[in-house]
Amino acid sequence: MTKLLEIRNLKVTFPTDDGDVKAVDGLDLTLNSGETVALVGESGSGKTVTSLSVLGLHNRNTTRLSGEILVHTQSGSVDVNSAPDEDVRALRGKEVSMIFQDPMSSLHPYYSISNQLSEAYRIHNDVSKQAAFNRSVEMLEIVGIPEPAKRAKEFPHQFSGGMRQRVMIAMALINNPRVLIADEPTTALDVTVQAQILLLLRNLQKEFNMGILLITHDLGVVAGVADQVNVMYAGKVVECGKVDEIYYQPAAPYTMGLLSSIPSVYGKGTGRLSAIQGQPPSLINLSNGCAFEPRCSLKTLVTNANCATDKPLLVEDSAGHFARCHLDLATRKIYGQKVAAKGIN
Amino acid sequence: MLKFIGRRTAYALLTLLLVSMATYIIFAILPFDPAALSCGKGCRPNLIEANRIRLGFDKPIWEQYWLFLSGIFVGRNYGMGDAAFSCPAPSFGYSFNENACVTDMLKQALPVTLSLAIGALIIWIIMGVGLGVLAAKMKNTPVDTGATIFVLVGTSLPVFVTGLIFLVFLTIKWNIIPLNLTGYVSIFSNPIQFLIYFILPWLTLAFNFSAIYTRFTRSAVLETASEDYIRTAVAKGLPAKIVLRKHTLRAALSPIVTMAGLDFASLLGGAILTETIYNLPGLGRMSLKAVYEFDLSVVVATTLFAAAIVIFMNLLVDILYAYLDPRVRIS
Amino acid sequence: MEPLLKVEQIQKHFSTRGNAIFGSNKGVVKAVDGVSFEIAVGETLGLVGESGCGKTTTGRTILRLLEPTSGKITYEDTDITKLSTKAMREFRSKAQIIFQDPYSSLNPRHTVGKIIAAPFEIQNIEPVGGVKSAVQEVMERVGLNPEHYNRYPHEFSGGQRQRIGIARAIALRPKFIVADEPVSALDVSIQAQVINLLDELQSEFQMSYLFIAHDLSVVQHISDRVAVMYLGKIVEIAQTTDLYAAPHHPYTKALLSAVPIPDPKLERSRERIILKGDLPSPINPPPGCVFNTRCWKAQDICLSQAPELLQVGKSSVACHFPE
Repeated sequence: MTKLLEIRNLKVTFPTDDGDVKAVDGLDLTLNSGETVALVGESGSGKTVTSLSVLGLHNRNTTRLSGEILVHTQSGSVDVNSAPDEDVRALRGKEVSMIFQDPMSSLHPYYSISNQLSEAYRIHNDVSKQAAFNRSVEMLEIVGIPEPAKRAKEFPHQFSGGMRQRVMIAMALINNPRVLIADEPTTALDVTVQAQILLLLRNLQKEFNMGILLITHDLGVVAGVADQVNVMYAGKVVECGKVDEIYYQPAAPYTMGLLSSIPSVYGKGTGRLSAIQGQPPSLINLSNGCAFEPRCSLKTLVTNANCATDKPLLVEDSAGHFARCHLDLATRKIYGQKVAAKGIN
Repeated sequence: MLKFIGRRTAYALLTLLLVSMATYIIFAILPFDPAALSCGKGCRPNLIEANRIRLGFDKPIWEQYWLFLSGIFVGRNYGMGDAAFSCPAPSFGYSFNENACVTDMLKQALPVTLSLAIGALIIWIIMGVGLGVLAAKMKNTPVDTGATIFVLVGTSLPVFVTGLIFLVFLTIKWNIIPLNLTGYVSIFSNPIQFLIYFILPWLTLAFNFSAIYTRFTRSAVLETASEDYIRTAVAKGLPAKIVLRKHTLRAALSPIVTMAGLDFASLLGGAILTETIYNLPGLGRMSLKAVYEFDLSVVVATTLFAAAIVIFMNLLVDILYAYLDPRVRIS
Repeated sequence: MEPLLKVEQIQKHFSTRGNAIFGSNKGVVKAVDGVSFEIAVGETLGLVGESGCGKTTTGRTILRLLEPTSGKITYEDTDITKLSTKAMREFRSKAQIIFQDPYSSLNPRHTVGKIIAAPFEIQNIEPVGGVKSAVQEVMERVGLNPEHYNRYPHEFSGGQRQRIGIARAIALRPKFIVADEPVSALDVSIQAQVINLLDELQSEFQMSYLFIAHDLSVVQHISDRVAVMYLGKIVEIAQTTDLYAAPHHPYTKALLSAVPIPDPKLERSRERIILKGDLPSPINPPPGCVFNTRCWKAQDICLSQAPELLQVGKSSVACHFPE
């Protein structure tokens, strides 16, 4: 297991007329080879902003970035936040690749599939057009596109949603990157197609020993593919740990609330879902205290701090399992177990 | 593909037929006497009557129309006896005011309008699209603001104001472009003279059009740049220049190219204002003059010509768009 | 007891012109191809399926927002299939729809108050106490602040906008609501709030729902019975507990096996059925059983004869070889 990606204290702020939007406020994350790390959260949590930062895809003129994003390659490490543009560009598509949510709009409508795949290959490899075409067909076969040589000449609109996502995966993996960032890769797909794509990703990961950073809001998907989980809320990680710990021993009130509010196909019958009251906060002028406080049902049990004004820190509850909450560990454990017992068979 | 062209051609011919009929009907309804007009003032009634017969105006309107229609294919004869003359096929009629077969008039006027349109097109595409791309790339910088001002001025000023300003300042006051008194020369016979002759009209037209295209290009490029597939291109590791050229521009320019085709078509029908200001003997001036003088044959001919150009360019633009955007083609 | 709504062999076909430029590709999209079901008073029927199965088209057709190509719709013993617009007006006060996208289903130029008041105005109903107070009462019931009466949709969040849509739908106390993917566009934590609200309103006003969704977990939670659609046909209808515990149709099985469960141990140890291939085009549905191109049980009869919806145990299944 080699360390592929290390994010240290990442902060991403968007200055706007109404004030600074602190989209990501101090995030730490590590990704190793062969491992899948999930970034889970709802809209506005900062997960997509984080994923875009890893490849330096933010507009430097309109975004304020700080912290380090270290990509460890075989020839050294690059800090995406501070390295010159050329160095970051050399990483993209080669060391670190990304696939996005909507495969329909993520492929150029005017160019053939082989054109787009070959382009991705030739940018990092000095080869002939024919060699690049052959490589493209090879990749299409690996991702399971039938009749790859024929379909390579077709255009994106001639493919179905699931096929397009396979094409995106082929394009992302054509240079054998060590890290794959998948931003909601199956959200726009039907559930049976989603199952196909997730299986494909799992197999490819094993074959290429990639590290996958998976961005999603779907806790079902996370349960199936993730090794490590980071739960985000309002730009901060509120809990992180191994996947089993997060689901069977959630330690942060937000995580508990999320797990309780999902209706599950195998859940314990019907009846009221315990919803988290209120709405996600605006990211401008966040209070100094806990961002989840207005919606937290456990805040009344906190005795040693004022959740509204005191900032909770990410604390290690047990080896590798961190949570950001003022409430003491013992109480959180009790509630965490209640949640796990209710939701799961 | 052949079926498509066949169908479009059939529609085109039908449209042209209807256009010509409509024009004839308008003239039939108007309360004037073409024979009298062609004779001029101080014409005596029996001369007017003679003219009428000679020029075929005594016949009912539908017969005149039929003669016109058949004339396109077989030519047309006028007058009788010693005063007979004919306009060979394809005949669009005869202009009494100019005393010439309309077809010959068209042949003379067309190169002028063509030169005007092509030259202006080249200039406004380079200027308009170029400035638009630059403004998009340098959004919210002084360059962008400058482009916006240019757009405002260029789209607000009517062509005749721009034309007159250019004429007054560039030629008369500052003498940068010498006043041209020799008239139209073909580019093949005297290129320098040709350039001098057309430079002002080109700039006048280009000023207005390039402003429109700057604004359009800028917004098309900005909109395309925010598309997901551009983000994919960057994420693949492509350098910014290639992303712009191969990905952004290709997508943004498709609608612009088709728009240019249609604008060009309308210019070919005759840039009336520009030709009038600069006294260019093109189709625009010809048709304007014909309307004032109720010269039916010329009006019909220029209208038909303009309609045919528009229809043809539409067809071309549709084919071009299908070539550029694979989604429009049949799978 | 007579059902509230009875739908018989509804078909909705769209004709396509194909590509306009290079020749035509005339076809017929059989979006809904012979769908029948009943909904009792106070019952929720869930309608699930993946994209292109025809569930949204079904929802709109039974309310005659789209005109059915053929078939019969009976509401409270009245055949509404061919009624005129005027005659439909009464029906419209009793049957409403909630749309999926809270961002595009509200007129951005109307205030919230105006949006919710519209049903009263259209039906010419003057509630006791005036329209404004009735509207504010509804707003409060769905969890909106009645003082926001004069605000515009863009000033609200996605979840709140969906509440506005719900308020508009229940303003006239309808007996039947078609909920077309009402929570799909919402965040997980907000979904639960809205689902709870829909649940409460149903008990309070004794309404029936046709709950259309692609999220099987949500449907299971709120539905009494569930119908599964594939390529314009219903392949299985059953009581919710029966369907999820023991699905009979192969597609239902595959669908359920594909739904990810938020339980790592369970999720990783499951037997998964992975369907091969893609959804066939609705312009060219396969002959015989529409599912035969992807079914692992397909035999000769499946390729030539379309199965009828027949009783298997307590469920209705359209399959020649139900599980």
